[in-house]
Amino acid sequence: MNDRITLKGRSVVEGVAEGEAFVTSQTISGFGGIDPMTGTITERRHEKVGQSFAGKVLVFRGAKGSSGWASNFQTARLAGAGPVAVIFNELTTKMALGAVVMRVPAMTDLDQDPLEVIQDGDWVKVDADNGTVEITRKAGD
Amino acid sequence: MHLTDHEKAMLDGAEGAAVQQAMSLLCRYSKALGAERLVETNNVCGGSVGSLPNRRKVFGDTDDFDAIFSLMNLDSDEPLEIPRVKTMAYKLIEAGDPDYFDQQRVSERAQELIGKNAAFCDRIGIQRCNTCTPYQVGNIPTFGEHLAWMESSAIVYANSVIGARGNVEGAQSTAAAMLTARIPYWGLHIPENRHGTHLFEVECEVDDMMHWGLMGYYIGEVVQEESPVVAGLSHQPSLRKVKHFGAAAATSGGVEMYHLVGMTPEAPTLEAALGRKQPVETYVFGRKEMQTAYDHLNCATDPNVDFIMLGCPHASIEQVGIVANLLEGKRISENTQLWMFTPKALKAHADRMGYTKTIEGAGGYLMSDSCPALSRVYPEGVKVAATDSCKQAHYLPATLGFDTWFGTVEDCVQAAIDGRWSGRLQ
Repeated sequence: MNDRITLKGRSVVEGVAEGEAFVTSQTISGFGGIDPMTGTITERRHEKVGQSFAGKVLVFRGAKGSSGWASNFQTARLAGAGPVAVIFNELTTKMALGAVVMRVPAMTDLDQDPLEVIQDGDWVKVDADNGTVEITRKAGD
Repeated sequence: MHLTDHEKAMLDGAEGAAVQQAMSLLCRYSKALGAERLVETNNVCGGSVGSLPNRRKVFGDTDDFDAIFSLMNLDSDEPLEIPRVKTMAYKLIEAGDPDYFDQQRVSERAQELIGKNAAFCDRIGIQRCNTCTPYQVGNIPTFGEHLAWMESSAIVYANSVIGARGNVEGAQSTAAAMLTARIPYWGLHIPENRHGTHLFEVECEVDDMMHWGLMGYYIGEVVQEESPVVAGLSHQPSLRKVKHFGAAAATSGGVEMYHLVGMTPEAPTLEAALGRKQPVETYVFGRKEMQTAYDHLNCATDPNVDFIMLGCPHASIEQVGIVANLLEGKRISENTQLWMFTPKALKAHADRMGYTKTIEGAGGYLMSDSCPALSRVYPEGVKVAATDSCKQAHYLPATLGFDTWFGTVEDCVQAAIDGRWSGRLQ
């Protein structure tokens, strides 16, 4: 109960937000990988196919695929189906530009692997102004 | 981050609100990347996305292309007046081909929007090439030229085959680059980041365009974002083969740069390609690996094919000629449609050569400006599709829900004639 962990990392887009974690160790494709109107993963062979990151803290490996990545996640924001914050491991131009146009706090280069530490349903506070991520375990774990 | 006096002036609004917003966006993007400065560019490929159907859902049914460009391309909630672009600027795929609106079932409203988007592009100075292959129609970069290009299949070609320098950019960074002539100096703009990291030793014959596509699809899935070096090739590839290799590697993974030892300009030797370092990993590419990629791409089970899609990325004139030759004196099945896509300028050449007449005389169509997956144009009632493109075979099931066969161009044309798929890996 109330098992709290704090990670430190690099701020990609500033701001503070918190929410429930949506975690995948796989990369996500923007074009042909998500339905931007609902934030649902649609890629046929993805481990999270059929699940939505809308309103959650998206914790994932990084971006892949088409150069329309940022546009698809921007569309998700405009449709009200974007994540409230993002944490990722692999930095690419698609990921960086996507984080900017999603206009949510974003962090990378954490001092422990967020894909190992954070689990689905954990409560995560991303403070990209101060470079910290605070994780509260889901009740019952 | 370091900005020159000119860049600071743009950021302070000296050149108007749209340029200021563009520079602000580039600064936020550079910070996200950790880039220390910007680099000048005069070669930008991007788009004005206001007519694409899947983008229009979020901004309502407006005709104000300045406002759409402000929101979708410059990330500005406030509508800005978009000035003339500063760089050479080239537009990518459009929502339909005006010469085939009926066949593509493009609505009257969508036709009107395509016209208005064209007028907007003309006013601000974006060349309407309307293709994913700008390097086929007049925009061949020079060695070492700094680019700001969207379209993963185009940038991997420019980096690897030509030796120009750029990362995969997006709709917003290319728009900002058009208005400022700047892009972050990061990633593949920097010479020391351009070496290969993972080595593939080829142990089978890679000659047919299908082989090149399958090798790209396999390698991309293995290396993801890294830069592969391919050694042991026995055949020099032509444009269409490296076009398909790169497009496939940028689809199954995120490959933006590759080296073919002895064939691409930054790989005169294996040592040069690897930057005189040891590869992170060494892999074999043989018949087993080729079969794996082939099996991943063939998700269809019903041999009755409704739709043959050729020309992803947009076909070279060599490809159009090959298809015309295969269709000479033949007739496409009544149950099947064959659509081939090539840039409009190459279509004009195909008209001159008689290729268009041959393809359309057999019952096919030679289209431009558009693409089934992005423009969402396809014949009515399609359930099963076939294509000679790994990239299109990857995206058709996810974007349009078609069961898809993948094979050689000969397999695809034969399926169009027979109405049945009979391809296999040879």
